[in-house]
Amino acid sequence: MEIIDNLALGFSIALSPYTLMLAIAGCFLGTIIGALPGLGPSNGVAILIPLTFTMGLDATAALVLMTSVYYGAMYGGRISSILLNIPGDEPALMTTLDGYPMAKQGRAGDALVLSGVASFVGAFLATVGLMLLAPMLARVAYLFGPAEYFALYLLAFCTLGGMASNNQAKAALASCIGLGIAMIGVDNSSGLPRLTGGNLHLMDGIDFLVAIVGLFAIAEVFFFIESHGKASSIGVKLEKVTIPWKDIMATKWTMLRASGVGFVAGILPGAGASLGSFLAYMTEKSVAGKDGGFGTGVPKGIAAPEAGNNAAAGGALVPMLTLGVPGSGTTAVLLALLMTLNITPGPTLFTDRPEVVWGLIASLLIANIVLLLMNVPMVKIFVRILTVPPWVLLPGVTMISFVGIYSLSGSYFDLLLMIAFGVLGYVLRKLDIPTVPVILGILLGGNMENALRRAMVLSDGDPMFLFSTPIAIGLWLAAIAGFVAPMFLRNLLKKPQAVTD
Amino acid sequence: MQSKTFKALMTGAFLTIGSGAMAAECIAPANPGGGWDFTCRQIGKIMFDIGAVDKPVQVTNMAGAGGGLAYTHVVSERNDDADLIVAASSATSTRLAQNAYAGMTADQVRFVGAIGADPGVIVVGKDSSFNSLGELIDAIKADPGSVAFAGGSAVGGFDHLKPLMILQRAGFTDITKVKYIGVDGGADAITQTVGGFTQAMTGDMSEVVGFLKAGEVKVLAVLTDERIPGFEDIPTAKEQGFDVVAVNWRGLYIPRGVSDDTFNSWADKLQMVADSAEWKEAMAANGLAPFTKVGGDFQSYVDGLVAEINQLSKDIGVIQ
Repeated sequence: MEIIDNLALGFSIALSPYTLMLAIAGCFLGTIIGALPGLGPSNGVAILIPLTFTMGLDATAALVLMTSVYYGAMYGGRISSILLNIPGDEPALMTTLDGYPMAKQGRAGDALVLSGVASFVGAFLATVGLMLLAPMLARVAYLFGPAEYFALYLLAFCTLGGMASNNQAKAALASCIGLGIAMIGVDNSSGLPRLTGGNLHLMDGIDFLVAIVGLFAIAEVFFFIESHGKASSIGVKLEKVTIPWKDIMATKWTMLRASGVGFVAGILPGAGASLGSFLAYMTEKSVAGKDGGFGTGVPKGIAAPEAGNNAAAGGALVPMLTLGVPGSGTTAVLLALLMTLNITPGPTLFTDRPEVVWGLIASLLIANIVLLLMNVPMVKIFVRILTVPPWVLLPGVTMISFVGIYSLSGSYFDLLLMIAFGVLGYVLRKLDIPTVPVILGILLGGNMENALRRAMVLSDGDPMFLFSTPIAIGLWLAAIAGFVAPMFLRNLLKKPQAVTD
Repeated sequence: MQSKTFKALMTGAFLTIGSGAMAAECIAPANPGGGWDFTCRQIGKIMFDIGAVDKPVQVTNMAGAGGGLAYTHVVSERNDDADLIVAASSATSTRLAQNAYAGMTADQVRFVGAIGADPGVIVVGKDSSFNSLGELIDAIKADPGSVAFAGGSAVGGFDHLKPLMILQRAGFTDITKVKYIGVDGGADAITQTVGGFTQAMTGDMSEVVGFLKAGEVKVLAVLTDERIPGFEDIPTAKEQGFDVVAVNWRGLYIPRGVSDDTFNSWADKLQMVADSAEWKEAMAANGLAPFTKVGGDFQSYVDGLVAEINQLSKDIGVIQ
């Protein structure tokens, strides 16, 4: 068995005390980074890259440390989603939908343990999938051309209307704001700057992280100021923490399905963990039907996105390692690390540098177990962060937001932009317009436009090109169904479920 | 709360590491991982290892506007900083030629040298019916719409210009008819080509090496004077009758306001790096071909390049 041999080689590298220590340190740092609002896996890994150089780590050790941080951050992202209703990172966005309502019902401990277990299942299955299927699955990328990508992004936007708000017009408006913001910057198809007002800082468009930190963390601070520090959305109570076996057993199929969906979403270049958690949540929501109670704090609503986003994190490593095409923002940063270490990812990496690939896979398996052990007993510690009064916590959040954004770009302009997004987030929430579609618009808008423009170049402007392959047609049908279905479902439901962002 | 404070301290600590005093600084005008970042880190490291500088070179990443942000920063704020070097490549000269740096011009800095180049390549999928550059060019001449190129740069970028330069030499003047899509990097461009969505890929040698070894692609031509060491079986465009040399050189520029002595001293240091065994190793590992031009030589090479690309860009209508 070739795989067993390879895995043995991997474990012989990953189980050295030094590598193991790096994995544990990475998991711990990663969980903290992920838990802090605004500091997600991509900036966490980016901030820590200089550390690997100062420590003089070799390629395998550096990779082990960084991927532990990556997986740790994927775990940690759920904590602030559940406790603060602020996603710790972008893929944890969907976890807020059911995690925060559940925490408000006094079940914060259950939500945290359940999401920890779901994260484990998702990440573990994805690592196994990466191991078994990487060489084969890498070829999926060859099936996705501009038309297929456009349909895929469209699917994400269409299903958004039913998810983010009870009012599809408001969700559509929010998507358009996001898409409009995504238009800022140099137009990739003509090389001309758009909507930049001649400002060089805007030439590359608006950084997604600046927008998300502004819309979520800074807007939260504005709400806090408005309430004069008395009332605050932060105030979930934590009762005794026990392991909710009942919930875990009840969601086992959800976790398995969500892991599968997330893994496939992760493999698609450019889609990444956000789409993974989103699709996993939407799939489970439709499987559960109208009686599922999604959005009100049900266990399945927590298990699905967490298993999905952690599986996507593993899936995103597939195209990164086998094709050198990053599947997400974080893997793009990891790719940068690899290239700086003189490792060129590509179809030959598995044969040329087996010690790197299999050492990495083995340490991912180890990191996963470490993370599960770390996250379940340590739930209390993370919850204790919550008992810190808001007047201490929120200035802390503000400080981390400013430092985090500044350390990413080193640009004063981005800080101003972040405050502007904070104001936008405040206004939108006052108007009861969901901010999630704005984020998705900024995140996917540029890619979606590029896919459309490329399709038009290839087909000489023939719109039928967009429906030219079975994959594209399938995605279009799913998109239409996703857009229309919530309208009918809404009439069937007596009391529409309000989902706040 | 303890962990939050800890995190804040950690972040603060990393920020301070980045701002050491007095050592030479190399600005990579992009995020970690790209070609410019590679240039800064490798050249900086080798300069210190061989003793050309007495302190490790600090690398600062200043991404933005395709290098424009760093360019503006150097011209307007660091114009007389003798300890500053900035990574540059053919993308820098292309953008300057196309006036993409908001009015900045090539004569506002001094180009000190290039010590290595990533050769341009034209690539097709392994099952493609095209077996030589000539066949591909003939097909485009017969029906410009039948061949679409994918490349890692935006429309009007260097990857786009490479096939256009070849077509111009081949006597095809209707170059605005040539189809090109700019995707996110060379690997993505190859994926689109192998997947059959585009017929050919235009990019750099380093981007295709992995795919070439895996047998996924055929390299129709490399755009250098001589065949590349290690890839002797790939013909040049020149020997196939298309006299085009297009390489993505890797080099440095320094601020305009420094003395000639400083300019010459950086040129000498760069020459030392070029001659070192470490650099030859780094080039081999990254698919770079030897390409050494330093000092005044290099400045006039860049001036010529800027003029040529400026004319070509006007021809295809990327700039007025």
